[in-house]
Amino acid sequence: MAISFQIPERVLQEREMLKSVAESLMRPESRYLDEHEHERPHAFIKAMWPILRDQQAKALQRLASGEEKPKREGAGITYVRLVILAEQLSWGDAGQYLCMPSPLLAGSAIEAIGTTEQKLRFLKRFAEGEPKWGAMAMTEPGAGSDTSAIQTTATFDPETNEWVLNGEKIFCTNGKLALEESDGIVVVWATVDRSAGRAGMKPFVVEAGTKGVKIGKVEIKHGIRASDTASIVLDNARIPAENLLGSPEVAQRESTAGFKGAMATFDASRPMVAASAIGVGRAALEFLKEKLAEHGVQIPYGAPYHSLSAVQRDVIEMEAQLKAAWLLTLRSASMLDHGLHNSLEASMAKVKAGKVVTQVTQKAVELLGTMGYSREWLVEKWMRDGKINDIYEGTGQINLLIVARRILGYTSRELQ
Amino acid sequence: MLSFTPTDEQQMLVDAIAKFALADVRPHAHSADEQNAFPPEIIQKGWELGILPASIPEAYGGFGEHSAVTNVLAAEALAWGDLALALAVMLPAIVATPIYLSGTEEQKRHILPQIATAAKLPYFSAALLEPGISFDANAPRTTAAREDGHYLISGEKCYVPFAPEAQMLLVYARDSQSGRVDGYLIERGAEGLSIGQREKLMGIRALPTYRVQLNNVRVAASHKLGGEAGTRYQRILSHSRTALAALAVGVARAAYEYARDYAKTRVQFGVPIAQKQSIAFMLAEMAIEVDAARLMTWEAAWQLDSDPEGDHTAESYLAKEYAAKAALFVTDCAVQILGGHGYIREHPVERWLRDARGFAAFEGLAVV
Repeated sequence: MAISFQIPERVLQEREMLKSVAESLMRPESRYLDEHEHERPHAFIKAMWPILRDQQAKALQRLASGEEKPKREGAGITYVRLVILAEQLSWGDAGQYLCMPSPLLAGSAIEAIGTTEQKLRFLKRFAEGEPKWGAMAMTEPGAGSDTSAIQTTATFDPETNEWVLNGEKIFCTNGKLALEESDGIVVVWATVDRSAGRAGMKPFVVEAGTKGVKIGKVEIKHGIRASDTASIVLDNARIPAENLLGSPEVAQRESTAGFKGAMATFDASRPMVAASAIGVGRAALEFLKEKLAEHGVQIPYGAPYHSLSAVQRDVIEMEAQLKAAWLLTLRSASMLDHGLHNSLEASMAKVKAGKVVTQVTQKAVELLGTMGYSREWLVEKWMRDGKINDIYEGTGQINLLIVARRILGYTSRELQ
Repeated sequence: MLSFTPTDEQQMLVDAIAKFALADVRPHAHSADEQNAFPPEIIQKGWELGILPASIPEAYGGFGEHSAVTNVLAAEALAWGDLALALAVMLPAIVATPIYLSGTEEQKRHILPQIATAAKLPYFSAALLEPGISFDANAPRTTAAREDGHYLISGEKCYVPFAPEAQMLLVYARDSQSGRVDGYLIERGAEGLSIGQREKLMGIRALPTYRVQLNNVRVAASHKLGGEAGTRYQRILSHSRTALAALAVGVARAAYEYARDYAKTRVQFGVPIAQKQSIAFMLAEMAIEVDAARLMTWEAAWQLDSDPEGDHTAESYLAKEYAAKAALFVTDCAVQILGGHGYIREHPVERWLRDARGFAAFEGLAVV
């Protein structure tokens, strides 16, 4: 190996293609969807579904034939490719990006924990027919960052060989799309023993049409209003035994394989969230630079500090911060592709990107004055959209705590 | 393909430097700061690591090839030991690398072997910075006036390391007619060249730096770096900014690691202070900033290597700005975490804070 920041030509081409999707299909709908929450980005969904469906079909074919990754991709560029695409689509519109008809977080969980048989079974629907969505339901009213405090229960019924789920999940991205508006799936985390903490946590695949599963409240949000955020009520929802995700080991009452699976899911999803954050930040920064250029303000690199205006300094700082966050994100994704453990690096990227997108978009609104604050332009929307990245998939604070524990070698008891 | 792993060869070099930094540099760093000098044998030992000759091709007396990526890895590892020592060990590169990047074939053949094959660290120094509250590298006040096949260089330079010992000075000056900036190779003892007092700085106190006056110093046209075509000055600045970024990362990492280890052993209220979120979160932020600054540096260096003809002003500038700020942030946090103990000279963190502050002023003091 050698240090390289070379992004494969094929991925760059794909990014160009998605840039035109972003420009022609997402941006024109941005304002409308922001002001009509709960409506869907139909043009974007229609454009993306055939592409994602065919990619999923190819991936499943490879999996079925036992070939893990296409040879021409070398050691595998799966996650690097994904973060680059997430960044580009979020540059288009972060809310619409989340409506991508794909397994999304259900996919991350299934990839991280599922057996090959389960991957083939649950992901097949994403390779055929009409658009579908996947989602993951972890958060509960009483369990946010403290995921091991979840109260949703799973009880095994040996007579019917089924799991019976009871409880309420909130803040489930694409929950309604997955369960009510398509033949999708939701990975629901439930405990087989409330007193067991982490060891009790297990992931269950709940399919659309399952009896006893209902969409409750659909949230009205600060930003990413094109995205669907729903609560899910599980009332004696019965699912087949084989929908418990993972090897038989996961099912064992004392095993923490389930919890570890949840953490592994975060290792894959956090770089994606960081990438999405950076896409929003880049949209705001590019727009800001464009407007400043129209007003004759250029950004001189290498000029002495004394010759820079406060605005130029701000822009340079924004650019440097955004780039730093992006490189941390690329590293965390690249490590996954190289088969390296990336929990620390994924949390580092997430902390940094969540903070940077918040600062960069807030600054962009500020530097654009009354127009920045106006809903005529999208900058104020990007500021509202960007903030979610500092919150979901673990707040900046919980991720900072993870970084701290890892660098200090402390357990969650030693550093609370 | 994206990768963040150095080659085996690079890793061996980094390991060798790390070993030297830990065993030889760190034990002397405190007294070197107090006494304004590193023991010459330590600097010599650093030179003998062969970092620079490994970066010069065989044709010019070296035994490797130039790689900015390898050099930033080396620079970080050296600066982790001590910044002043790193700048001393890397001194000949501030002449050799610009010659390699921008010199005429004749300049390369004449000067590079003198440096690359030197058994003892050869004193070749450079003068870019000028005294004042704001220095613009693109508009130095030192001028070069062309006069019948020669140049007359006049002006005042500062932060010139080892100026009295230097057998050659690479002085950057603005052409009095065209305004472009070029480097001029000035031999020791040239008429009109006078070395002033040693400077007293806030940090890097173990590195001897001097004011230098140039009063119509006559330089043959053939001694202009790059000859008639002139100096590829922006290229040199980009390599310099990237070098400084790498050094800043080294200082930052030193402070981060020290504060981390201290916080794990310093007990207050019955537990190590690292077990308190207020301290643990600072350390986490420091770790993130060190990594981010390093990635910015690596990316700039990789750009310099993979597209040598391109303009990398933006990348190198952003890397240097970022790393300089990160170093200041991290060293300040380290002093804060050690509290009163961080403020006294018994611990190295206050020295690292003084060293880190310098990156705002440094330009051209190192080149990768």
